[in-house]
Order: sequence, then structure tokens, then C-alpha cells
Amino acid sequence: MNMSRLMRKLKPGKGAVIAVPFFWLLLFFLVPFFIVLKISFAEQDLAIPPFTSLLQIEDGVLQSLSLYFGNFHFIFTDGLYAATYLSSLKVAFFTTVMCLLLGYPIAYAIARADPARRNVLLMLVMLPFWTSFLLRVYAWMGLLNETGLINNFLMSIGLISEPLHLFHNDFSLYLVMVYAYLPFMILPLFSHLVKMDMRLLEAAADLGAGPIKAFLTITLPLSKNGIIAGSMMVFIPAVGEFVIPELVGGTDTLMIGKVLWNEFFDNNNWPMASAVAIIMVLMLIVPIALLHRYETRELEGKGNA
Amino acid sequence: MHNKLSPFLKGVLVVGFLFLYIPIVSLIVYSFNESKLVTVWGGFSTKWYVSLFNNEQIMSAVKLSIEIALASALAAVALGTIAGFVLARFKRFPGSTLFAGMMTAPMVMPEVITGLSMLLLFISMQQLVGVPTERGFFTIWVGHTTLCMAYVAVVVRSRLLEIDQSLEDAAMDLGARPLKIFFVITLPLVSQAIASGFLLSMTLSLDDLVTTAFLSGPGSTTLPQVIFSKVRLGLNPEINALASITVLVVGVVVLLANYLMLNAQRNRDKAIAAAMRESGAHS
Repeated sequence: MNMSRLMRKLKPGKGAVIAVPFFWLLLFFLVPFFIVLKISFAEQDLAIPPFTSLLQIEDGVLQSLSLYFGNFHFIFTDGLYAATYLSSLKVAFFTTVMCLLLGYPIAYAIARADPARRNVLLMLVMLPFWTSFLLRVYAWMGLLNETGLINNFLMSIGLISEPLHLFHNDFSLYLVMVYAYLPFMILPLFSHLVKMDMRLLEAAADLGAGPIKAFLTITLPLSKNGIIAGSMMVFIPAVGEFVIPELVGGTDTLMIGKVLWNEFFDNNNWPMASAVAIIMVLMLIVPIALLHRYETRELEGKGNA
Repeated sequence: MHNKLSPFLKGVLVVGFLFLYIPIVSLIVYSFNESKLVTVWGGFSTKWYVSLFNNEQIMSAVKLSIEIALASALAAVALGTIAGFVLARFKRFPGSTLFAGMMTAPMVMPEVITGLSMLLLFISMQQLVGVPTERGFFTIWVGHTTLCMAYVAVVVRSRLLEIDQSLEDAAMDLGARPLKIFFVITLPLVSQAIASGFLLSMTLSLDDLVTTAFLSGPGSTTLPQVIFSKVRLGLNPEINALASITVLVVGVVVLLANYLMLNAQRNRDKAIAAAMRESGAHS
């Protein structure tokens, strides 16, 4: 096999090649999580840094180890935290569903378009993604405001006489969440749909299946991996989203990303922020593993072909 | 005849693109508004562009953000290309599952978590070994590099899985050493993927707010931080002007990059076709 030949040749330097990115990620991505875990068992303190240390060391000898469970106790007993986690999951879930319902037809249409035009259409989807996320969220502030463009327009054509409440509520939250995350759904769906063998649909049509039946029995199952990948790409970051609920969400919108930010920046309670983060990571482990599994399977399939 | 889109699919595309572009177009149109009330049209004016360029806070943040973005994109391309190569060519090695997992996770992990965790790492490092002494350019650079290298790795990996490995094998049969093969054969073949990875890293770094907020210090305020602090207070015509310039720059760069890449692709296809004809004539 070519592959194993290459492997054997590369062996001496292989370890060194792997080591560079491996240790970078280990040090700057994985190790930090254990530090967060450690500090989630500390107590807020008026010191620099603002938390107690878990280990008491004197003359190089460990004197005592004190774990403080108060942060987690507070999260589990205070109803507001539970409500916030649930509300974040709910917002992320419905954002994902709406992105899927809107993104699937778009991805499908691009995948079925003339190949010459496909690149242009795909680039039109990508272009907003390349422009600043923050500025795209800001754009909606100008549209949804009480005196914003949508209200101005509707009032000028006489459809409404008083401005609609479009801003700082669940409507604006979901609208902008879907807007911001839509490209993350379209791209994985597109890359699956475009690879599909169109002869399957022709065969189904020849055998008498209607377009809806063909879609449900062929296209949809074949794009399953794309649906899962796209959904996870939207769901996981949406759970911890901070900017959108902060700028366009309602004042009573409960999002865990906002809580973490406030604990850290406003209350200066780093241990509490760490505990909030740990619970969030635990909630996201399964979706991340799911995304990872489907991505690996996808690439391995490609590699063998 | 499946290339003909049904009216339904055409409608879907129109609605989808209107949804994606109306906010961006409205930003640009109202950046030329004379009135300070962003959403009330008061006549055409370019005065917000003038005041944007005279705003020293914004301009120094732009400078810092571009410096960080260049430094992060360079590091991310170096690390991400190696990582993408490892993922595509080595496949199984001790710790490969952990490695692949650590490549996927930074792309989707909520930024409040990565930002907080990296900050706590730097604080612990400072306590243990004394560096980094302060939060600023270096800490932001590390954070952005870690986020961006994952994207570069994905782009490079999928390109490597697409290209024909027979060239690398042929070079090996001719006795070239692995390092030479990598630099002479593999690297040029993935140069486009590296270029897109670089551009993607630049935009991600220029745009990052949340991770940066955790990792920046008092003297290092990046552009997204300035924008965020301003738009939190409401609409601001200078930000509209800034947004229009951003859209213009991004649009030109993306179109240009796309054009150059399509051209390169076409030339390569032509060269391959010519080589095929040649070898066919000889056999």
C-alpha cells in the first residue's frame, strides 16, 4: 500500500512533525480546561488573582487541600441558573431547527444549480460570513429599532400606525441568531448534497416515485451526515452565545453566555464563572463528540474513495 | 435536465439572499446619511467617513487589530498546515483521536469558555513561571492563533485528501526525502488552501470580540472591542461608515482571491490535460 510506504519513510521525523501542533493545542486548549475545573472549586477572594488557592504549600510540603463546592451548590440550588441553562438549550435548539428549515432549501437549490453558476451562489452565501459578525448583528439594530427602518417603512406605507415591538425581545433574538448562524448550516449541507449521485433520483422517477417520495426516501437520508454536522455547528456555539443576546435580546432573555460574562466582568467572580463554564462544557460534550464522529467518518470515507 | 431550477427553488434562493443581504445594504446606505439619527434620512453626506478617520480611538484600534491579525494568521497557517498534514496523511498514531478532537473543538466551543480558560491558563502561568507578565498583544495572539489554526487545518486537510498522492509516491520512488517531498510537492499543491486559510484567519482574528475581551489588558483595545462598546449604547453613524468600508474591503479581497484561484485551477487543469495528451501520444 502506498500509504504504509509513506508512513515507513516518514517515521523518524513523524514524531517531531506531530509534536508541534499537538503540544500547542495541549497547552493552550486542553490544559486550560483543567485549570478552569480547578478554579471552579475555589472561592472568590479580594486578591490578585481574585480567588483562593486550593493548595496550602509551606516549605515545599503540601499542608492542606481545600475544595470549595459552594459554586456548584449555588448553581444547582438557585433556580435561576437551571432556568438559564434550559433557556440557552431552548434558544440553541430552535435556532438550529430554523436554520435547518431555511438552510436546507437554500443548500439544495445551490447544489442543483448550473455548475457554472454554483460557485457564484456559494460565494454569495460565504460573503456575509467573511464580513464582521459584530457589524452584521449591529445592522439588525438599525432595522428592528422602534424608529428603525422596518417600522419606518411599514408606517410610511400606512400598514401600521404605531411602531411594532420588534426589538429587544425573543423575536429579534431568534431572527438575528438564525441570520448569524445560517452560513454554518448551509455549507456542510451543500457539500453533502452536491456530491449526491443524481442518477439515483432519475432511477426513482423512472420507477414511478414522485418528487416528494424521492426526496424523502433518497435525498434526505443521503444528506443525514450533512444535517448532523450543520446542526451541531449551529447548536454548540449557539448555547454559549453572548453578543447576540446582549445586543438584540430582551432584558429578560436568559442566556448562559451572558451569565458567564457578567460573573466574570461585572461581579469579578472568577470561580463562579469557571463553575458555570464547567457545567456548560459537560452539556456540550455529547454534541461535540457527535460532530466529531460524523466529521471523521465523512473524511475517512473520502480518503478511501 | 436537472440543472433547470424549479420556480420554488428559485424563490428560495431569492428569499434567502434577500435575508442575507438586506441588513448589509441598509448599513451601507445609511452610512451616507447626513442626519445623526441613523435611521432617519437627512440627505446624502460623507461626513461620517471623515469623522471616522479623525477618530483616534478607532484608528489606533484598527492598527492594533491588523497587527494582531497578521501575526495570528501567520502562526495559524504554519501550525494549521502541519496539523492538517498530520490529520490527512498520518491518520493513526498514539493520541490521534485526542489530536483530532482538539482540532474540532476550538471551532465550535462557545467563546466565553475558550476565552475564560485561556485567561486562567495565563494567570496560572504567571504565578508559576512569571510569564506572560501582562495581558495584551501576546496573550491575544496566542488565543487567536489557537482558534484560527483549527480552521486552517480543516481547509488544508480536505485539500490534501482531494489531491492525488501518486505524485508524492513517485517522488519517493525517485529517492526524494520526506522533508523535500513536503516542500517541493505537497506544499505547492495545497498553496491555495493555505492562502484561503490565511485570509480566513485574518478575518476571524479581526472580528473576534469575546476571546479577545478575556485576553486583552488595559493598553490593548482591539477594533471589535471599540465597536462593541459603542454599539452597546445604540446606533452610531461612524460605525455604519466603518461597516461599509469593511464590506468593501472584504468584498474586493474575496472576489480577487476567488478570481485568482479559479484562474490557477484552470491553468493547472489545462497543463494536466496537455501532459495527458503528450503521454498518450508516446505510448
